[in-house]
Amino acid sequence: MSTPNAHYGFAERWLPRLVLAPSFLLTLVFLYGFIAWNGYLSFTNSRLLPNYEWAGLVQYATLFENERWWVAVRNLGIFAVLFIGGAMAIGITLAILLDQKVRGEGAIRTLYLYPMALSFVVTGTAWKWMLNPGLGLEKLMHDWGFTSFTFDWLVNSEMSIYTVVIAGLWQSSGFVMALFLAGLRGVDDSIIKAAQIDGATLPRIYWKIILPALRPVVFSTLMILSHIAIKSFDLVMALTGGGPGFSSDLPATFMYSMAFTRGQTGLGAASAMMMLATVAAIVVPYLYSELRKDSHG
Amino acid sequence: MRNLKLGLMAGSMALAFSAQAAEVEVLHYWTSGGEAKAAAELKKMMEGKGNKWKDFAVAGGGGENAMTALKTRVVSGNPPAAAQIKGPSIQEWGDEGVLGSIDAVAKKEGWDKVLPPVVSNVMKYKGQYVAAPVNVHRVNWLWVNPELLKKANAKVPTTWDEFFVTAAALQKAGIQPLAYGGQPWQDSTVFESVALGVGGVDFYKKAFVQLDPATMSGPTMVKVLETYKKLKPFTDKNAAGREWNLATSMVINGKAAMQFMGDWAKGEFLAAGKVPGKDFLCVAAPGTANAFTFNIDSFAMFKLKDAAAMKGQNDLASTLMSPAFQEVFNLNKGSIPARTDLKMDKFDECGKKSAVDFKATAAKGGLVPSWAHGMAMKSATQGAVYDAVTQFWNNDKMSAKDAASKLAAAAKTK
Repeated sequence: MSTPNAHYGFAERWLPRLVLAPSFLLTLVFLYGFIAWNGYLSFTNSRLLPNYEWAGLVQYATLFENERWWVAVRNLGIFAVLFIGGAMAIGITLAILLDQKVRGEGAIRTLYLYPMALSFVVTGTAWKWMLNPGLGLEKLMHDWGFTSFTFDWLVNSEMSIYTVVIAGLWQSSGFVMALFLAGLRGVDDSIIKAAQIDGATLPRIYWKIILPALRPVVFSTLMILSHIAIKSFDLVMALTGGGPGFSSDLPATFMYSMAFTRGQTGLGAASAMMMLATVAAIVVPYLYSELRKDSHG
Repeated sequence: MRNLKLGLMAGSMALAFSAQAAEVEVLHYWTSGGEAKAAAELKKMMEGKGNKWKDFAVAGGGGENAMTALKTRVVSGNPPAAAQIKGPSIQEWGDEGVLGSIDAVAKKEGWDKVLPPVVSNVMKYKGQYVAAPVNVHRVNWLWVNPELLKKANAKVPTTWDEFFVTAAALQKAGIQPLAYGGQPWQDSTVFESVALGVGGVDFYKKAFVQLDPATMSGPTMVKVLETYKKLKPFTDKNAAGREWNLATSMVINGKAAMQFMGDWAKGEFLAAGKVPGKDFLCVAAPGTANAFTFNIDSFAMFKLKDAAAMKGQNDLASTLMSPAFQEVFNLNKGSIPARTDLKMDKFDECGKKSAVDFKATAAKGGLVPSWAHGMAMKSATQGAVYDAVTQFWNNDKMSAKDAASKLAAAAKTK
């Protein structure tokens, strides 16, 4: 009797660790290991290829003097605020409207969610055609007779970043809607019924009862959207190529062109560290508050 | 026992086979019509010598994507046999210690005798050949659709003043004067021709080769920038992000009258079945008839460990420099051979003109490296100057004076 039990104990203790070990190791090396490597590179004078001679904060100083970097940072600010805010607003509105037990909800939901199935590259390319003044919207309007219509944000260096926002919103709003719809369905009906009996109006019920109940959904959506915004690269590359000029550059595209096409690996590494710091500044306080909540039960 | 013997035989045969057919992997970015045809010629010749050709083509006109792909391969310790690298970048790669010498082949075939020093110096790292040149491109060309000019009753411009007269006449006749591709490297290609035409050879050398800050921000540069910006009203709104060959096809199809582009554009005209001198004209960019901005394509050779692969690499070097290849390749590519000892009989009007100008300007000092194509500056400096030029072109609020000081700041990038 004792032997099988001992075996069972051994398997129970070691099997999960054994199974998790490879993925743990891979994460350790290929995520944290490479972050450390990149961090080291940002303190070197690496040019075309990595080299390991310590150079101090030279790359960071160069980075902060670089005008293009500040264009990229400013663009990230514009993009993040409008993209996250817009996607949340549109997503919540769509979810609330869909929650009113409309007919054909399944079809509509699929329709809104579908853009999420496309990659940002496809989204970017499609919108590139639609927003191109000579091919898309503007030409269509001209063909229909509205010859005074202009919409040339894509080729206007002051407005190009907003076209990235448009395409990003189109892609991600449906996804936010789906998250919120799931959250809305999870709210206890009896509370709402009780509120209705007390005579609360529908907007008031949403504002005071349902949305506060969705706090966890709001947080996870914010997390997902903000990290999409910071690492956003493919959308810009496909839509504007960072142009006209470098007016729609984001930190991610800046990092790519410095590290990989300009022979300034060290500078690219420094800009990547700045991006990591930005992500950490958002994620760490959030994780901290979440984990603390858990321990308090 | 029998099986073992058979196995051994099969194994040794496979070994022998792999030793004979060395696989030569070549990274290049010749992917547009005329360029792809030229690359196919190289493949044919290498296979004729019993080598296995492994194509490693990476799309993207300026070669930026190709360099990214190359870096990953080199860092991972698995470089291709050769890669399309040119100008000061050869020295940068040499500094990283990853290039292999092909000096033995070069000495045996007497490359020093057939290449002008301005070309061979670029191909050597610390006195040894590490790269083989395949062609010389002239960058300061203006491509003209003569039919459209005739329609507008305008003449082919030889100075910048004439250019703006011609462009205005074309616009009045309802024809788009300039086909323009709005990518940073193309902005710089056009800007470079304007600088050479407006400022002259000495100004060009001082500004873009010596990177003299006073010249970079001086009054001549301001004039160059103003002239450059005057081109913008003659282009269309959709130019932003357009590939160069799409702009060329606008000239081919009669949608626009002229384009500033290096002579690789000729390959597109030829691929479309157009005849030089009749369907299209090649003239030096306004004011640059006595100058020649060169862009030399070359293949740098990487250090390899495998003996068979090294033999293939030497075959490649010798093929690239062979008169037969240089001729057939450049006929397709639109450029002229890097070897100066070849007859130009088979070349068209543009090619002959280019070859004559190449030798003449080399003798008279009008031969200057094209910085927009990586022949004058290190990639970081070049990138920073690109940024300044493209920002000025795209931002209608920036003054030429501000742009000039931005250029001077960019030139300090190391």
